[in-house]
Amino acid sequence: MSPKRIVLRFGTDISVKPIVYRLVKDFDLVVNIVKADVNPQKEGTMILEVTGDQSDEGLSYLRNLGVSVQALNQEIVRNEEKCVMCGACTGICPTGALYMERPSMEVRFDGDQCVFCQLCVKVCPMRAMEVRL
Amino acid sequence: MSIEKTYAEINAKIKAGKAVVVTAEELIGLVAEKGLSKAAQEVDVVTTGTFAPMCSSGAFLSFGHTKPRMKMHKVWLNGVSAYTGIAAVDAYIGATEMPDDDPLNSNYPGEFRYGGGHVIADLVARRPVKLKALGYGTDCYPRRNLETTITLDEINEAILFNPRNCYQNYNCAVNLTDRTVYTYMGMLKPHLGNANFSTSGQLSPLLKDPHFRTIGVGTKIFLGGGVGYVAWNGTQHFPSIMNDGGKELGGAGGTLAVTGDLKQMSPRWLVGTSYLGYGATLSVGIGIPIPILNEEIARYAAMKDEELFAPVVDYGEAYPSLTPGNLGYVSYADLKSGKIQVNGKEILTAPLSSMPRAREIAATLKGWIQKGEFQLTEPVKALPSPADGFTAHSIKED
Repeated sequence: MSPKRIVLRFGTDISVKPIVYRLVKDFDLVVNIVKADVNPQKEGTMILEVTGDQSDEGLSYLRNLGVSVQALNQEIVRNEEKCVMCGACTGICPTGALYMERPSMEVRFDGDQCVFCQLCVKVCPMRAMEVRL
Repeated sequence: MSIEKTYAEINAKIKAGKAVVVTAEELIGLVAEKGLSKAAQEVDVVTTGTFAPMCSSGAFLSFGHTKPRMKMHKVWLNGVSAYTGIAAVDAYIGATEMPDDDPLNSNYPGEFRYGGGHVIADLVARRPVKLKALGYGTDCYPRRNLETTITLDEINEAILFNPRNCYQNYNCAVNLTDRTVYTYMGMLKPHLGNANFSTSGQLSPLLKDPHFRTIGVGTKIFLGGGVGYVAWNGTQHFPSIMNDGGKELGGAGGTLAVTGDLKQMSPRWLVGTSYLGYGATLSVGIGIPIPILNEEIARYAAMKDEELFAPVVDYGEAYPSLTPGNLGYVSYADLKSGKIQVNGKEILTAPLSSMPRAREIAATLKGWIQKGEFQLTEPVKALPSPADGFTAHSIKED
């Protein structure tokens, strides 16, 4: 059985709950945490690889808690032709994947830090951030 | 002894390939190294640059006549309406116009993916553009319908004419409310979640000549990758020197109307732009040369990010309701550092104006002047300066 790659997004109320423990204990899932950004003061994100017969039930449990669950089958890329290095994206990127190098003020994109929230795709004034399937 | 130079002397040096040209950032280094007097003596021209979304932009297009002739009454370019109430086959395509069938903000926040600014960008990139026109028919202009494809090279004239560009300085935008707002200053998160600014600071053309001593009607400039001219002051040109408790904080409020032949401009410097929840516009690259006629002009041209400030304004409540005042001033040095303090809170900043592109413009213009390809023009008329004391009025309602 191949693992499901999913992105979780949740509010501060979920950050204090042991949701990964519940997936393992109650639904007998094998959970591999690919990436996690959990902080009691802000919105959290997690990228998981989940394997097990009850994976659908486990994901339903998360959704019922108010966690946003999305399949991860895409990546965010920067269209270098379109990007003018203005920096508008750097103020809204929640993880600092898009950041400014100083003092050059050039915009850099570190895909490893990206949690696929896609805010930059909507906010980029030049539409230079693209979703690739 | 203070120096005095004339435009003619500087142009003679440019022609001879002997002019000393530096960018505004290089001048700052030179003044730090040699002092103001020495730098003012050595340098002939300082180049500036800015690349940012500039609303109040557009282009006059003259399509050429159809056979039989047609007096165009309504015109659309790639579905975006252009104003044709000027003559039979002339139209003005404005940067912020949207297609008639665009959802705008009905699906809030709207995406505004394609508008007038994008039409201008398509034209200058030499991409074909669909022209649709309706006429009502006259004896001399009988035709009523036209649907065809045009390119920039096929139409007779295309004149970029931007009534308000190159804002001298601009607000640093924040949001004090408890909801996210989508503005022309970008997406602003609630409770001072972020701060956006949009001026190139120490490279910004009008911040380097705050009293309009050299930039006036007829000044030759870098516009959209080609050569353009200052046509007049921009609309809403209310220049002032900001002051906080007796300390000068740099210029604000000046604007320029600029014009030039679109056919010699480049898609790198005219880019269609979309602001989520706000609208479409055009990003424009502008570079202005400042002749160092005397030491005072050099002193202003050498002002640093540390000496230039932007007012912090709440775009959640104060700006939309036209409530005067601000939340204090922050320097461009702080804005570019990535963090500012507002109401005792540390906020992350992001620019909407591209510094790398502004530097590229200042360097390109410097190259043109060094090669003798670009001479300076003396203004034929000065623009209103802070001393003239013009101020804005709001609309009086009955």
